[in-house]
Amino acid sequence: MSTPTKPMKTSGRPVRALALLAVIIFGLLATALIQGATSVRLGLDLRGGTSVTLQPRASNDSNKVTSEAIDQAVSIIRQRVNSLGVAESEVTAQGSGANRQIVISVPGDSGRRVVDLVGQTAELRFRQVLAESAALGGTSASAATPVGGVSAEVNARFAALDCTNPANLQGSGADSPSDVIVACARSGASKYILAPAEVLGRQVSKASAGIDQQGTSAWYVMLTFNGEGTSAFGALTSRVTTLPSPQNQVAIVLDGLVVSAPVINEAIPSGNAQITGSFSQVEANDLANVLKYGALPLAFDRGEVQQVSPTLGADQLEAGLLAGALGIGLVFIFSLLYYRALGLVTVGSLLIAGLLLYLIFLVLGGAIGFTLTLAGIAGAIVAIGITADSFIVFFERIRDEAREGRSLRSAVESGWARARHTIIVADMVSILSAVLLYFFAVGGVRGFALTLGITTLIDLIVVFIFTKPLVTLIAKTKFFSSGHPLSGFSAKSIGKSNPASPLEA
Amino acid sequence: MAKLSGFGGRLYSGEISFNIVERRKRWYSISAVFIIASIAALGIQGLHLGIEFKGGASYTINKASVTVEQARASVENIGIPGEVIVQKIGDSKIRIQTGSLTSAESQAIENALTSTFNVTAESIDTQLVGPSWGKEITKKALYGLIAFLLAVMLFLAMAFEPKMAIAAIVAVVHDVFITVGIYALVGFDVTPATVIGFLTILGYSLYDTVVVFDKVRENTKSVAANSKMTYSQAANLAVNQTLVRSANTSIIALLPVGAILFVGAGLLGAGTLKDLSLALFIGLAVGTYSSVFIAPPFLAQLREKEPAMQALAKRVAARGGAPVVAEVKPARPSTGSGPRNQPKRKGRK
Repeated sequence: MSTPTKPMKTSGRPVRALALLAVIIFGLLATALIQGATSVRLGLDLRGGTSVTLQPRASNDSNKVTSEAIDQAVSIIRQRVNSLGVAESEVTAQGSGANRQIVISVPGDSGRRVVDLVGQTAELRFRQVLAESAALGGTSASAATPVGGVSAEVNARFAALDCTNPANLQGSGADSPSDVIVACARSGASKYILAPAEVLGRQVSKASAGIDQQGTSAWYVMLTFNGEGTSAFGALTSRVTTLPSPQNQVAIVLDGLVVSAPVINEAIPSGNAQITGSFSQVEANDLANVLKYGALPLAFDRGEVQQVSPTLGADQLEAGLLAGALGIGLVFIFSLLYYRALGLVTVGSLLIAGLLLYLIFLVLGGAIGFTLTLAGIAGAIVAIGITADSFIVFFERIRDEAREGRSLRSAVESGWARARHTIIVADMVSILSAVLLYFFAVGGVRGFALTLGITTLIDLIVVFIFTKPLVTLIAKTKFFSSGHPLSGFSAKSIGKSNPASPLEA
Repeated sequence: MAKLSGFGGRLYSGEISFNIVERRKRWYSISAVFIIASIAALGIQGLHLGIEFKGGASYTINKASVTVEQARASVENIGIPGEVIVQKIGDSKIRIQTGSLTSAESQAIENALTSTFNVTAESIDTQLVGPSWGKEITKKALYGLIAFLLAVMLFLAMAFEPKMAIAAIVAVVHDVFITVGIYALVGFDVTPATVIGFLTILGYSLYDTVVVFDKVRENTKSVAANSKMTYSQAANLAVNQTLVRSANTSIIALLPVGAILFVGAGLLGAGTLKDLSLALFIGLAVGTYSSVFIAPPFLAQLREKEPAMQALAKRVAARGGAPVVAEVKPARPSTGSGPRNQPKRKGRK
């Protein structure tokens, strides 16, 4: 990678470069306005909320964690989270391929419900129906007659359960497979007492919706059990099929809600069952999906749960901004003390870089749902140093060239030609580390890596189309070219006392 | 400041010169001491890992009236197994940390806290980390580290030369060792934010090294043809010429990091900002040291082994130029009481 030394080529168009910068800034601004993005989206650690990281694992030996399974899990969890109706909830898979985690973020106070909802693996379960009644709770309901063979406590809960109350239809999912439970139908139309689970969702190997080709054109759902499931389902069906209604029904329970409770017409020892009823196409597909979801080959370990109260969020945001202001202030002071008027170029460049960063955050917030986290703010603050470094590398190179006895104008150009190589290589290393961090990490580290990567790119843009052209322009002014004591280029400050460098032959 | 600038000019011209490259044995010994201490500290004390790595739960209540004793009593009543750490953070916060909990246990703690201290569950800052989670993120961090080192080595080998890539990586590994060692020695908490800090240091330390190596490369390009200087001498000149730049870039980088550390430790008491900036602050200092005192001497050592460079050193010696490394000290007149005191005085003239 040799450095091409064509100084005059770049020096010819400083104004054009500055115009390009203006175009970029207005372009970003316009994009942000079109997207309707008016403020940077803040992460949960800055405004309060709950995030849960789930680590997928195979639920049994025959299944593996695959990329498809994770995608499927993400879409299922997303549906569940969205059903809570919290704005700006997010469900994403982070990492690469099959080695990914699922991160669920829900802003505000409602986060706790989400943790409860997604924290459990929420398996599909098949339970025998012990009793069924209309949805209403209270003593007036028909369920006042106690059901035999069930404890008084369960009977009381059953009597009190009101399935017309939406709060009871959220799917608590707190059903223990070995307990007798009371549950609402997902539709809210009826309520049930259910026996302990006998068949589990992971014992379903296949489920699909189909239409009866023969005559009735009714929709039905086909399901196939694996070996274990076949014997369990066979035993369950042969036992209940002879019982009176409603005990001859098997409820399909997901998240503690009864999705469907078909009557078992005959014992099914083959492992292939067909659920018929007056399904519409949508209902049949939904039920098939539920059965498939339950058969999801993944279970999840709750990797991390983090809940940040809005108060702490506000504190962290304030601290982050304060640290940023303090950091940039110190860099300004140092630049001005050391480089005098030339330091103003650093100040200007950093301000431009800050503006670009803000606009890019705005645009990314609208485009890919980028949120700024505390780690992201830290990344941006650290980047102040890295960005300012580029200017120092450039300025010190100009001084080096001036020490060799060049005029300021030619020192700027030859110094730039050399500094450019250093800056590009150094920034490439930075970008490399940002990209690798982004792909290998989860959660906060990713936010940091993304900010670091973006700021390094901005550094390149700013140094090429703002700092360099600006220095070229000011090098033409008398103040700088004559080496005014305050310009940062005075003979005294660069130490031009001994122009004969040992490198000069 | 102006004086410092003039100083930079004299460094550039070679009027003032620190024999950094030639005194490599001194820097190596200093680093060796630090690295041995680091390994010892790691072996004996180990790192103080945060709950993110070992699994556990943390609850922070933001209520001024709650005392540490009250919080401890309310949690201990539940009978949580393992150690419970209760600390006061800032003026108004109490943090309770426990080992890994089951869902029921964590629910019990929350219930106890909400009822005892009359706060809502939403206002408690909570963090629950599963026991296997830490292994997962540690694994990821290690993979990231290895991938990063390989990628950087390849990139630098292409952008510069293979031996520069090796020297740069040696310097980076050196930085990681010493920084991690300091953490083990002092017993700072290691959290994911600390790991972010470590990884950033790698990038930053390399950035510094790249700046120095770029100058080394420029100075040594035609060194064999000129026969005026050995490779080591040309490299040393480059280090001196970039000394002001290295100092400035380090100061500029440390200023914002110092600001984060100040705000993070001072205002928030604990958390992401403090952990991150502390790691950065220590790492940046070590990184600056290695980019001046470890990477260039190591590079020179590697290059001096090449036959062409040895031949050059002989030619330079024959022409009566500055003598090669081993003869530096006896060849110059001594004004001090011993050779060990010399370098500084000679440097300042």
